Amino acid sequence: MKRIALGLLAATALTFSAHAEPAIIYDLGGKFDKSFNEAAYNGAEKYKEETGTSYREFEIQNDAQREQALLKFAEDGNSPIVVAGFSWAQALEQVAKDFPDTKFAIIDMVVDQPNVRSVVFKEQEGSYLAGVMAAKASETGTVSFVGGMGIPLISRFACGYVGGVKSVNADAKVIENMTGDTPAAWNDPVKGGEITKAQIAQGSDVVFHAAGGTGVGVIQAAADAGKLAIGVDSNQNGLQPGSVLTSMVKKVDVAVYEAFKDGAEGGTWESGINVLGLKEGGVDVAMDDNNKELVSEEMMKAVEDARAKIVSGDVVVHDYMSDNNCPY
Amino acid sequence: MDTFNTIILVFDSTVRLSVPLLLACLAGLYSERSGVFDIGLEGKMLAGAFAGAAAASVYGSAWIGLGAAVLISIALSLVHGFASITHRGNQIVSGVAINFIAAGSTIILGQAWFKQGGRTPALASDGSRFESITLPFADALSDVPIIGQIYSELLSGHSILVYVAFLAVPLTWWILFRTRFGLRLRAVGENPGAVDTAGISVVWLRYRAVIFCGFLCGLAGAYLSVAQNAGFVKDMTAGKGFIALAALIFAKWRPINAMYACLLFGFLDALAIRFSGIKIPGLFEIPPQFMQALPYILTVILLAGFIGKAIPPKAGGQPYVKER
Repeated sequence: MKRIALGLLAATALTFSAHAEPAIIYDLGGKFDKSFNEAAYNGAEKYKEETGTSYREFEIQNDAQREQALLKFAEDGNSPIVVAGFSWAQALEQVAKDFPDTKFAIIDMVVDQPNVRSVVFKEQEGSYLAGVMAAKASETGTVSFVGGMGIPLISRFACGYVGGVKSVNADAKVIENMTGDTPAAWNDPVKGGEITKAQIAQGSDVVFHAAGGTGVGVIQAAADAGKLAIGVDSNQNGLQPGSVLTSMVKKVDVAVYEAFKDGAEGGTWESGINVLGLKEGGVDVAMDDNNKELVSEEMMKAVEDARAKIVSGDVVVHDYMSDNNCPY
Repeated sequence: MDTFNTIILVFDSTVRLSVPLLLACLAGLYSERSGVFDIGLEGKMLAGAFAGAAAASVYGSAWIGLGAAVLISIALSLVHGFASITHRGNQIVSGVAINFIAAGSTIILGQAWFKQGGRTPALASDGSRFESITLPFADALSDVPIIGQIYSELLSGHSILVYVAFLAVPLTWWILFRTRFGLRLRAVGENPGAVDTAGISVVWLRYRAVIFCGFLCGLAGAYLSVAQNAGFVKDMTAGKGFIALAALIFAKWRPINAMYACLLFGFLDALAIRFSGIKIPGLFEIPPQFMQALPYILTVILLAGFIGKAIPPKAGGQPYVKER
């Protein structure tokens, strides 16, 4: 009896000594998808570099691992635990209830639990700016969009993009395609490339993708055909320098970094919904040396105009997810 | 004219998409005609795609990439041969094992070597990738209606592996049905006992068949990662090896039929990509889900009744035992 009690004590002690290491779990695209998950990874790395605190991470291989992975990290006493991606909502809803003292953060989705911070972005605003640039850069008057999985979140990108394009050129045509209806659509560059070729054949000369790993094929196909692509989530301007007009960056790295920092001991953790738009610096279009040549002064001016209007509230970019409809 | 252009572009995409299927299907044809079933087409293709992209990015040459893809794929074929011909193991088990090895090791090696999450670095267009070849006079003829368009869009402008794949079809037919080696290969898949009685080595014949199979799978893999795409991503074969197997059954183990079967699958894929979510004016919208499911629906329907009975090589799947 005594031995068991001692063992239990030791076990508890162990749990406590290993506590408070932050953890991050990526979505199916994988840590190095050059896009969404990689941005999350960069945020975690930045935290590690600045504070010297190590963190735990896991890449799931299939949907069945979601709850297990969350449970494992929570049971090990990790906090905060950040999950990257909207697909985590259901698993997190369950696990967050069972571990009320653990801090959780989810990116791209809202989970209504007292210990969960939900970080969502106004993708439509960043996409609007990307649309403005696409319309300015297009010579044919036709631009296009390649989505990953056909879900409302991705339609939100598409809708903002269309809005931006139409604000510059009301007669412009925007071709929209989704890669598929299963999570495999996030990682199918062959199909992404074929869709892009089909769109280019229909006259598109600027292709915006919001398709995770599939986007590598989109950008490749656009570059092969001598057309322009627009990257997403991370800054993808360097993937094919000279062929990527810009990237609609979501500051997923900042969100992860902040969650780690606020959740650490002595941090200022607040649960609840955290909406990051243009105003908050949560979304933007990426400018760097790789796309300097492609962006004209006039284009830059149009972007700054649009940005100012959105920040001041003169232009409200429609959110597809508010009514599952795109008015543009 | 616009409709015609669209049709040409869909066919163009069909050709690109059916090439990996066709190469893998012919690969399976050699192996299965000799009596060695090969579930491992998928794995060999995947390993080939990885080796091809890795070698091409390190050495900066598409041809070295192609060589590496073929070598690795043949090596896996020989493993399959060693297990199922020499040691008379279960051919299905050995094939499945190859699929698993390929799926796991490509990601692990890719991560260890390139640190990009199992991805290989993107290949630049400076010779480390197979570029599309413009056939002579393609540009000059592109303005000629119909014939010129067919020539310049559909026939010209593919990578060299596309032409190789389609040339491999008549070549395979000739090897199988017009040469002594082909006759023996077919015989060993039907009745290895008779071949053995004639004093010909069953084992050596089957080994040659799996080496052919590995060679073609290597080409298919290299096409995926070094020609169609610029680099390897995890699981990039996405079940193409299994579709190739379906096409092989579909084609009743005949090379010309195999080409048609693969073109059909490629065509359905191209159609799904091109016309997903397109509205037919005045009628209704075809749901993209339906277009994406179409290839599979058609496979089931066609396999279930429209092609007649597909009879596999009689000795397929059975290891040859000389004497009991």
